[in-house]
Amino acid sequence: MSLFNFFKRNTTSAPVARERLQVLLAHERTIVGGGESDLVAILREEIMAVIAKHLAVPQDKVQIKMDRGASVSTLEVDIEIPAAIAGLRPAA
Amino acid sequence: MAKVLVVTSGKGGVGKTTSTAALGAALAQSGQKVAMIDFDVGLRNLDLIMGAERRVVYDLINVIKGDAKIEQALIKDKRIETLSLLPASQTRDKDNLTDEGVARVIEGLREKFDWIICDSPAGIERGATLAMRHADVAVVVTNPEVSSIRDSDRIIGMLDSKTEKAEKGEQVEKHLLLTRYDAARAQRGEILKVEDVLEILSIPLLAIIPESTEVLRSSNLGAPVTLGSPNSAPARAYLEAVRKLQGETAVEVQKQRGLFSKLFARRAA
Repeated sequence: MSLFNFFKRNTTSAPVARERLQVLLAHERTIVGGGESDLVAILREEIMAVIAKHLAVPQDKVQIKMDRGASVSTLEVDIEIPAAIAGLRPAA
Repeated sequence: MAKVLVVTSGKGGVGKTTSTAALGAALAQSGQKVAMIDFDVGLRNLDLIMGAERRVVYDLINVIKGDAKIEQALIKDKRIETLSLLPASQTRDKDNLTDEGVARVIEGLREKFDWIICDSPAGIERGATLAMRHADVAVVVTNPEVSSIRDSDRIIGMLDSKTEKAEKGEQVEKHLLLTRYDAARAQRGEILKVEDVLEILSIPLLAIIPESTEVLRSSNLGAPVTLGSPNSAPARAYLEAVRKLQGETAVEVQKQRGLFSKLFARRAA
């Protein structure tokens, strides 16, 4: 709850709608349809295993998304490394 | 060779039939030969919105079953010469709406018209999937409201996976038609803004149809709004939409992909 919202007396419901939709649809786009999401699940598991060998990163800090385009498909791997770990091994 | 356009939404009551009638009439007014097909078997309404409810003799199912020729079933509009309507049947014989039958009807119409507009029923059942099956272009009708947006997202996923184009590895051109939009309420934060809907659904905007009493008034009179009150705000928005559809490649309205759509790319529904 920001100061801005406080002054607006909480009458605006649209931002809540927007946020709820974003969370919901991100989820639904992954589960509906099967097929591809299985592949993402396998990739996620194996990538996690590789990371775990070298870094102790919590599961929920690893985001794996697949984007199918007409000519190019992309696999996005977003790993958030906690400051504690990153601090121990500064970039060479 | 006609372009096949599907007007779809997932959710009911958002303005598919109203938009089909308005876009069809506007395209025909610009001189294009247009055939509109009502795919809502059992609950037809396009005939009523077009003011042709008493002229229905044969319907889509009759044509598919071979009881009537397509020429016999098409109803020519009395106001615009180049506009025709193929009504849905009013009986519940949905089983006769076959993949192969629909393909045959569309193939036959493709040679005679410039545009074939398929008015999809609500839902994601056979009527809806067959209405989008052969589409080159899709108009996704959405209200600025959570359930409509969720259903549109689902439909967009289906357009990307269940259509003939998708199966050939091509893309159906998708456009968002935001209907019943009240800019003042959006400004006050009571309903979602255009930008929010665009960012969430991440397909280009075709037009915004403002909430207006003129839409209902035209329906009451059995006229598409672009004919019934051509100077009203919704009619002007539909006319603008048609200009965009015709000059498609020239005007690219693709919005920049927002952070949300980059993070959560859409997958097949």
